[in-house]
Amino acid sequence: MIKFDSVSKRYPGGHEALLNLGFDLGAGEFAFLTGHSGAGKSTLLKLVMCMEKASGGQVIVNGKNLNRLSRRQLPYFRRNIGVVFQDHQLLFDRSVFDNVALPLLVAGYSNEDAARRVRAALDKVGLLKKENQNPIALSGGEQQRVGIARAVVNKPVLLLADEPTGNLDPELSAEIMDLFEQFNQVGTSVLIATHDRGLIDRNKHRVLTLEKGRLADSEDAA
Amino acid sequence: MSRNASSNSVVGRKKVNKISWFQQNQETAVDSLSRLMVEPGSSFLTWSVIGIALALPVCLLLFLQNLQQLNRSLDQAGNISLFMDIAISEAALENNRREIEAMEEVLTVTAISAETALVEFQATSGLGNVLENLDENPLPPVLVVTPAETALGSLPVLAGELDARPDVEYVQVDLEWVQRLFAIIGFAERLAAGLALLLGLGVILAVGNTVRLAIENRRDEILVMKLVGGTDAYVARPFLYTGIWYGIGGGLISILLVLIVFLFLSGPLSQLLTLYGSDYSLAGISVSNALLLLVTAGGLGFIGACVTVIRQLKNIEPA
Repeated sequence: MIKFDSVSKRYPGGHEALLNLGFDLGAGEFAFLTGHSGAGKSTLLKLVMCMEKASGGQVIVNGKNLNRLSRRQLPYFRRNIGVVFQDHQLLFDRSVFDNVALPLLVAGYSNEDAARRVRAALDKVGLLKKENQNPIALSGGEQQRVGIARAVVNKPVLLLADEPTGNLDPELSAEIMDLFEQFNQVGTSVLIATHDRGLIDRNKHRVLTLEKGRLADSEDAA
Repeated sequence: MSRNASSNSVVGRKKVNKISWFQQNQETAVDSLSRLMVEPGSSFLTWSVIGIALALPVCLLLFLQNLQQLNRSLDQAGNISLFMDIAISEAALENNRREIEAMEEVLTVTAISAETALVEFQATSGLGNVLENLDENPLPPVLVVTPAETALGSLPVLAGELDARPDVEYVQVDLEWVQRLFAIIGFAERLAAGLALLLGLGVILAVGNTVRLAIENRRDEILVMKLVGGTDAYVARPFLYTGIWYGIGGGLISILLVLIVFLFLSGPLSQLLTLYGSDYSLAGISVSNALLLLVTAGGLGFIGACVTVIRQLKNIEPA
């Protein structure tokens, strides 16, 4: 699903965020991406999302070589990837329902089809009763779940999450992780960036550890 | 490509109904308009700016159109009158008439005999009684020459040629003021065209700037849309419609302004024209021209939005 082949990322100004990085995440796999702040986790996710382009090497996601992805193809590529952000990236000028519906409207779904899928996604994250509320009225955990509903509403093949449990207490974190597990079980590949060691220890999955832009070790699930 | 590429996913994918491009546009157009209606005050301000900018050249052009029409209704002013030798025989007069009419620069020639001229003069001058007391007819026969349209530019030359004829006593060209008027109209038309060009550019910039603010206000939304796979066209579409709606709204206001201006002017003007013995009435903006103005305004709004959207949306990329 994701293949990095000696990938480097150098930012203007000379900062080397990733150095000669190589790894493979298979279809349907669940993995954690960890490392200290500044180790390159966010950069790696941005490369997978094609928000940044690699300075060297090849990034292949969902069978697409991102070096060769044109600006015109980019939106269609992104429709197959769900992303959960630490800061949720929700729009506060519309309801929970409309936030979750956005990826579907962008892809041109009819209103009936979109509504059906949005309700299914909201039901999955347990927020069906709050579909008409403004997300600003929700708690942090609920906002995160709206973000997850939006990420999966389009049934993506790959789910990325950047510190999805960053601001949540352990109980809520466990709930969120449980959701990711469920999506993984129906075949979605999952890659979660986190520096929460406890979270990684509680969930036995493959761990990719970044250290100063290099892959330190790859612990396999027990 | 995306949908096919993902078919290898284990996740079940039912076929979904996508809405058509036309339907998408329709929904976006309605949504853009309702967004403008949410803030009627500021939208009305923008519409007024555009309306005034468009009304100015339109009024000027309509005024010129009226002037030309008025001029056409006074077409006898374009003639050359040849006052003939008072002793000329009727046969010689007819001879002259035919010869002049055969000239390339001449359209028609009408002969007015001395007797007819007298009757006409008595009827229109109010000097009927005085003329009746005269022993003989003091008026010469007249040939009224209507120049061909091609000769209108070189009337002095034609007048000179006609003056050289032996039987012609005096040449009177009524056209000089018409020529001057034509020159003034030509100049004013240029002026109006230049003004229209400048103000049209102003409309494009005004819409562009307003759309730029709208884009800034919806920056977060644009970022999220791009993150979840919105194409450039999808993201740009609402703003293009916003531009079109600004243009059309401005066009409506400009039509309203033009109507008010003409209503305001038509009273005093018809009074003025009555004093000049003309029953000419002011022609306002026609329905087809009003529609043309609306379409033009919408087009200018679209162009203004396009210019901004292309420049602006590229700079808003998730990072």
